[in-house]
Amino acid sequence: MLTKFKRIFKFAMADFYRNRGISLAAIFILIITILTVTGLFLMHGIGNFIISEVENKIDITAYFKSATSQDDIMGVKNQIIAASPSIKSVEYVSKEDALADFIEKHKDDPTLQEALDQVGDNPFLPSLSIVTSGEAAEYEKVANILKGEQFSSIIEKVDYSQKKDIIDKVFSITSRITTFGLAFTFVLVLVVMLVVYNTLKLAIDHSKDEITTMRIVGASSSFVRAPFIIQGAMFGVIAFVVCFVITAVASLLLSGALSVMMPGFSLFHYFLSNLFLIALIQLGFGTGLGIISSVVAVNRYLKL
Amino acid sequence: MIKFENVTKIYKNNFVVLQDVSFEVKEGEFLSVVGKSGAGKTTLIRLILGLEKATSGIVSFNGVDVSKMYDNNLQQMRRRIGCVYQDYKLLPAKTVYENVAYIMEVEGKDNDDIIRDVPKILEVIGLGEKTNNFPHELSGGEQQRLSIARALVNKPDVIIADEPTGNLDPYNTYEVISLLEKINKSGKTVILSTHDQAVVNKLGKRVITIEAGKIVRDDAGGRFVI
Ligand SMILES: Nc1ncnc2c1ncn2[C@@H]1O[C@H](COP(=O)(O)OP(=O)(O)O)[C@@H](O)[C@H]1O
Ligand SMILES: [Mg+2]
Repeated sequence: MLTKFKRIFKFAMADFYRNRGISLAAIFILIITILTVTGLFLMHGIGNFIISEVENKIDITAYFKSATSQDDIMGVKNQIIAASPSIKSVEYVSKEDALADFIEKHKDDPTLQEALDQVGDNPFLPSLSIVTSGEAAEYEKVANILKGEQFSSIIEKVDYSQKKDIIDKVFSITSRITTFGLAFTFVLVLVVMLVVYNTLKLAIDHSKDEITTMRIVGASSSFVRAPFIIQGAMFGVIAFVVCFVITAVASLLLSGALSVMMPGFSLFHYFLSNLFLIALIQLGFGTGLGIISSVVAVNRYLKL
Repeated sequence: MIKFENVTKIYKNNFVVLQDVSFEVKEGEFLSVVGKSGAGKTTLIRLILGLEKATSGIVSFNGVDVSKMYDNNLQQMRRRIGCVYQDYKLLPAKTVYENVAYIMEVEGKDNDDIIRDVPKILEVIGLGEKTNNFPHELSGGEQQRLSIARALVNKPDVIIADEPTGNLDPYNTYEVISLLEKINKSGKTVILSTHDQAVVNKLGKRVITIEAGKIVRDDAGGRFVI
């Protein structure tokens, strides 16, 4: 058994080396394939980050009259939460917190500090910072509560951000991307699989007469097939190693540029935190495609 | 051991190669199959090895219909037949040594046996100097001798040789034929296809003559008559 395995492995290595031109072509095609799939995966991560970034932005801020008590404001908060339980967060910001925030944010700007000193009193208003889930219905509900007669005496003003529009836009883009993108990805992966299959098929067609001869002298199907399968797996593993290094280096290099466009997002960090998943996808695609293509291609010649 | 019963072979293009052929080869026999080029000798051999299926009739090996064998049994049978093909059928990506070693590896022989037997048979067949060459680096005669070494190395029960002297000079022809006679004397069955009159007459063994797809003569101790 061990002798048999050693022999099969020896055949695989010898064929790999003697047909190195074809081997390199097959590995190259696999690398392109794996990088395409990895690229789609990273795109998905970037898209998700943008959506969650937008979703977590405060979209409604209700400012209360300066003298309003915390209890009254909490009453408003409770009513909002009761009306829409799926709301992301409703945070009470007191006058003092607002002032402290402002001072902290502008501590490097002496003119603003001066202006604040001249006002003397705390000019800030207590407020509720509301983060909705981005659903239009929920947004309406919250807006209606804040606009209602009931609270008109204590509410100074309400700021509605553009978040709803942004989310609508992002959603329509992402949903278009997901339906279109899913179909696109599917077609792409299919095409890429066909290319890999045909490359390996070419390599095996090259050995057609050899396979026939092996059969004629009495070699069992598995003895003929196994070296080709091992070669397919070897192509996959080599392509995986190359792709993994390329992905790591590329995400490190692109990280800086991307985090300028999207503060808070580090491509390299995303790569690191999904290290195993990415490795699994790459290795799975590489060896899976390599092995399956080899089996299908070689089986055509085993009928004799 | 090998039996043809009313075997007819028609290729896809409706070309009738063999028509109602019946004969039997007993264990230990030395049979020569003679006939003009295109008479159907190679087809007959391919039918024995299960490389072609008879259009009608039965080809059997040790009582088993070759066309009905499962993959496993078919491959086992092929390993028990050492075959020298007219077009050699060598493994182009393997060296002379590896071509012969592969046959033993297919059989599952030990590495020790392989290291011992392969150089020996290559020496006998006169390829001792060319062990690391690839088939395309050999002359026609050398390739033919390599395919003979390959057919013999596993000491099979049956040797089938399809025009094994076609590319050899008279000296090597004599060598190969006496090698086949020696193998036959040791009790093995030998089937030789040839159109070499001198070879057949000198052997003085059973001769089957094929003409236009039919057996026209089957003589023990026969001579070459066409
Ligand atoms: N695969 C095939 N398809 C069609 N015709 C074939 C095929 N193989 C051989 N033939 C024809 O069958 C005849 C016998 O061929 P073959 O058995 O090789 O004869 P021989 O070995 O006696 O020279 C020839 O006329 C050849 O052209
Ligand atoms: Mg022939």
